[in-house]
Amino acid sequence: MTASSQTQAPILPHHFHKPSVIVRFRENLRKSWFKYSRNKLSVIGLVVVLLVVLTAIFAPLVSPYPQHASAFVDFENAGQPPSLRNLLGTDVFGRDILSRIFFAFRGALLMSIVVLAIAVPIGVLLGLIAGYYKNTWIDTLIMRTTDVFLAIPPIILALAIASVLTPNLMNSMIAVTVMWWPWYTRLVYGMASSCRNEYFVIAAELTGASKAHILFREILPNCLSPVFTKMALDVGWVILISASLSFVGLGEQPPTPALGQMVSDGARYMPDLWWYAVFPGLAIVIVILGFNLMGDGLRDMLEQRMG
Amino acid sequence: MEPLLEVQNLHVWYRVYGGYSKVLNGVNFLVNKGERVGLVGEAGCGKTTTMKTILRILPDQVSKIAQGKILFNGQDILQMNGNALQRIRSQGIAMIFQDPTAALNPVFTVGEQLSDVIRFSLRSIAQRKVEKKSIKQVAMQALKDVSMPDQERILGTYPIQLSGGMRQRVCISMAITTKRELLIADEPGTSLDVTIQDQILRLLHELVKQQNTSIILITHSLGVAREMTDRIYVMYAGTMVETAKADELFANPLHPYTLGLLASVPKLTGGGIAKGIPGRLPDYRNPPPGCRFSPRCPRAMPVCEFSPPPFFDVGYEHKVACYLFQESRND
Amino acid sequence: MRIGPFLLRRLLLSFFVLIGISVLIFVIARIVPGDPARMALGPRAPQEVVDRLRKEMYLDKSIPEQYFYWIKGVVQGDFGKSLYSKRDVSADIMEYLPATLELAFLSAIFMVIFAIILGVLAARYRDTWVDTVIRTMSYLGVAIPAFVVAVLFLLLFGYVWPILPVIGRYSAWIVPPSPVTGFAGLDSLFAGNFSAFWDSFKHLLLPAFALALGSIFQEARITRSAMVDNMNKDFLAAERGYGIPERVIMFKYLLKPSLIPTVSVMGLDIASLMGNAFLVELIFNWPGISRYGINAMLNKDLNAISAVIIIFGLIFVVVNIIVDLIVAYLDPRIRLSGARGS
Repeated sequence: MTASSQTQAPILPHHFHKPSVIVRFRENLRKSWFKYSRNKLSVIGLVVVLLVVLTAIFAPLVSPYPQHASAFVDFENAGQPPSLRNLLGTDVFGRDILSRIFFAFRGALLMSIVVLAIAVPIGVLLGLIAGYYKNTWIDTLIMRTTDVFLAIPPIILALAIASVLTPNLMNSMIAVTVMWWPWYTRLVYGMASSCRNEYFVIAAELTGASKAHILFREILPNCLSPVFTKMALDVGWVILISASLSFVGLGEQPPTPALGQMVSDGARYMPDLWWYAVFPGLAIVIVILGFNLMGDGLRDMLEQRMG
Repeated sequence: MEPLLEVQNLHVWYRVYGGYSKVLNGVNFLVNKGERVGLVGEAGCGKTTTMKTILRILPDQVSKIAQGKILFNGQDILQMNGNALQRIRSQGIAMIFQDPTAALNPVFTVGEQLSDVIRFSLRSIAQRKVEKKSIKQVAMQALKDVSMPDQERILGTYPIQLSGGMRQRVCISMAITTKRELLIADEPGTSLDVTIQDQILRLLHELVKQQNTSIILITHSLGVAREMTDRIYVMYAGTMVETAKADELFANPLHPYTLGLLASVPKLTGGGIAKGIPGRLPDYRNPPPGCRFSPRCPRAMPVCEFSPPPFFDVGYEHKVACYLFQESRND
Repeated sequence: MRIGPFLLRRLLLSFFVLIGISVLIFVIARIVPGDPARMALGPRAPQEVVDRLRKEMYLDKSIPEQYFYWIKGVVQGDFGKSLYSKRDVSADIMEYLPATLELAFLSAIFMVIFAIILGVLAARYRDTWVDTVIRTMSYLGVAIPAFVVAVLFLLLFGYVWPILPVIGRYSAWIVPPSPVTGFAGLDSLFAGNFSAFWDSFKHLLLPAFALALGSIFQEARITRSAMVDNMNKDFLAAERGYGIPERVIMFKYLLKPSLIPTVSVMGLDIASLMGNAFLVELIFNWPGISRYGINAMLNKDLNAISAVIIIFGLIFVVVNIIVDLIVAYLDPRIRLSGARGS
């Protein structure tokens, strides 16, 4: 007879045994890494993300020509193909494309951080409230509003908002934030409304816990893993949207480099200066891919534990 | 009596993370023509796996038939090619699944599924071109045979619109619509409530009697097996441990597992909670090398832990796979 | 068929979404700093002209009244005048929208067809190199923005290996047929001009593929995993066991339930496809609504911006109703519960 056959499954609902995500994360850091690293692609994603973040932070140090990240003109070296001097070639003003890509990472990452830092708390809070007050007018109001935001292609809504404001990085952040929260509201709503009928919430209600306690201490911890996963994936998406905005000229304004803006400028000099558009384009792909693979790894790590 | 289906030394493994789960470990059993055979054993002992292997409908990416023979009318099903297998499935053997909800495709109407079963059971292409009308006639008749009212309407419904009992009847109608030689009923109605289950079993009993088909009835109710079958096999952890005529088995159970099984039946006449069998099924990834019941067996001997016991004939068509009865063979 | 109540409920919901979109757009248009009338006429216009325009645009009325007059116009197809093109916005839309719809439609068709074919292949040959290639491409497909695909296509098929035209809607030597519907394909067919039809079709191919490429592999992946999930279901084992041939199992009993998740996400994919069309059109110089929309945005042409967003919202809503109807057709569980619910 095996020893495990002796242990009886406890009868309490499984949520009672689950400490919050953060506590579990710390307790099982090694186990988590094992789960995360089981998929080699996730590890590659993590490496890419780390490299991108580091180059963005240390852009002035790692760029071959940091001065090229602003209004710099060197017509002698304009439109040079990739060479040892300029690994990814130069643009029409003679600026080093690699250096400009490194600096463009800064704006892209800053944008993702700001957008998610604002949109996620708002979205999660609204989702929690709507889910907890399911089938009341609060639910209807919040979720129908969400539907409206989700019914317009995100790029177009962001473009429209960015356009009525003055085009710059700040305003494109506002534009993207405005259209980003509904996704989190919808995500959390589904989970919160199913949590609402669980025993641990009912028990908390019966003991007279405050609404805030129920929302933030009882329901919220049970909704966090998918939110974290989605955030990791969304860094990539925000970068994509910000690239789209700067592609049409509604994001970061020249001479500050932005990936989308470099692609659209470069597309005008196709095919002669093909490197001008292609390398910034590939940089976008690599960054988004990195965050997506990392997000997949996080999902493997967090969601398997839920089962 | 003429053997219809003979399973010889069947080993089936499932692929699991880091190796194989060796679920079937040398299954041997025999169904004669016109015989009603019961198969009992606790959940997870490989009954359904055995039956799915007979029809070769185990998902092949997760399972592996390691060795063995399945002879149907003398031909090995495991060696058959597509066409021959198709013929076995459409005319030879049919299976009724345990859970009718899972066994019906949720996105097709009952009529659609039933008609296809009928259409593809017809032997030739020419026959398949029979008018839709006559296939529909056959389908309606099939539903009538399982005592479904209002057949016309039922043909147009989707499985979710039917009750569990009705779904089970639909499943049975698919299995019996073309008269097959062998019917496998895998705990029919277990997922339904007791009265419905009883109706389903009665219906099946009647149908088998009428059509004179052979049947393998899988059940975990010993009472049902006794009432409905001629002979019973007791299965434990991927092997047959005992077989005998139904009455003989109840009068003279021999294998320690069978004894345990009989002792765990709650008695309606009172006498307290039935005695169970302590312990649980072995880990199939790393099963005991000898008798798979030996870790739970109250009468295990040293030999049991090393080599799996073969069937020992104890007379009266009664066989036991247990070293305790080794002597009786020598008599 | 009991599809009626389901459709009705769906339409009602969409109606409210459209109202919401109109309010949202109205709000966006009003957060613009400065006076819209002054912006339209430029800084040197005399004050009385500006005041007259303010009155015409109902800017002197209260905000709810402004919304009322605006939405009244919108319902009648009157979006006001474009500040940029100086024409009726609705006339502009009628001129530019067909080219965009043409592109989006072909692209959606590519998406559906290739996604299903590749999904079935990946499921059929799972865990072989076919599956691996499709999986790898789906990772890339998620990460690669359509406008980057467009740039790469432009380089590869336009210049390095010039097999397809990359600029505009017709070649220079083609006399475009007179616009009846605005759709190049239909117009040239009506005119009996097959060379124009073929030419416009060739022009469509690259932009449409660039738009669809990312979604194709993602959808193929969804189809594949739904098929692999369903392969292990009891109902397939049962159907197989009853002697239904493998080919019927694969293409009927397995494919239909497996398409449900694919089709369900297709609505969202088509929305993002419409959005991406905005950027891809710029690269291929496609004379669609995006050039118009972007110009409107860069010039703060509020009437045109509102109109473009309303149109896209409307398209999204219509596409989603169609998608829901297809899902309801595929999945009786949704159809029947929908009917019961109303």
